[in-house]
Amino acid sequence: MNRNYELMFIVRPDMVDEDLNKLISTLESSVTTAGGTAKSEVWGKRRLAYRVGRFNDGIFVLMMIEATGAVVHEVERRLRVTEPVIKFLTVRTDEELKRLDKIKKIRDSKKKASATPAPVAAPVTPAAPEAGTETPASAPA
Amino acid sequence: MAEETKTPSARVGSSGGESRPERSERPERSGPRGPRPGGGPGGPREGGRKYFRRKKVCKFCVEKIEAVNYKDVRLLAQFVAESGKITPRRLTGVCTPHQRRLSRAIKQARNIALLPFAGRAQ
Repeated sequence: MNRNYELMFIVRPDMVDEDLNKLISTLESSVTTAGGTAKSEVWGKRRLAYRVGRFNDGIFVLMMIEATGAVVHEVERRLRVTEPVIKFLTVRTDEELKRLDKIKKIRDSKKKASATPAPVAAPVTPAAPEAGTETPASAPA
Repeated sequence: MAEETKTPSARVGSSGGESRPERSERPERSGPRGPRPGGGPGGPREGGRKYFRRKKVCKFCVEKIEAVNYKDVRLLAQFVAESGKITPRRLTGVCTPHQRRLSRAIKQARNIALLPFAGRAQ
């Protein structure tokens, strides 16, 4: 069963762009070969909130994954054995996305509900005088 | 001449409002006395609460922020004290469901070194 995950990892700041791209592409391919989809964005170098090992900065990478849990497990294992990766965090987001979708739908329907009564109410009032005018018109005829 | 007339009047009405001429005579008393009337501008009633308290509202409900995410460090940092602790609800006014999400997000952000566990971010 495919689920949405957000995988964020930090690599050491002195890593070359080339190596980083290589690492990202291998991770992505390992997801796609297993039948999932992956999209990643590099946040770039950022200051860490606290010292990790001997690093004060790190390159942050965010990866959106849609795959089964086993695939994510495998990606995590890879990150663990990849030496330049200093930290990673996986968060499951599918339930959160579902919740947000629901809220959005409710808000949209409320907007529509507030928008629809005005056009509905408008035709009702002209309809009543029309009915009134029809009966006198038919009576003389 | 004017000073001479003021000082006796202050002595007579020591409980009254003319405390300024008294300051020269008792400097230790004027310190705590001065700020007291100024401290409660909202509450003129005696004995009641002297501070005007604004009604606290949940920031997330007001601004309709539904997604409380660990990546939004700027948002989360507003609810973290200087020491790195999560600010309690009673101080920030965040509603219970949002505080739950907020605390979860802050904890996730700590794990990925976006927020500090203790102390300020370096």
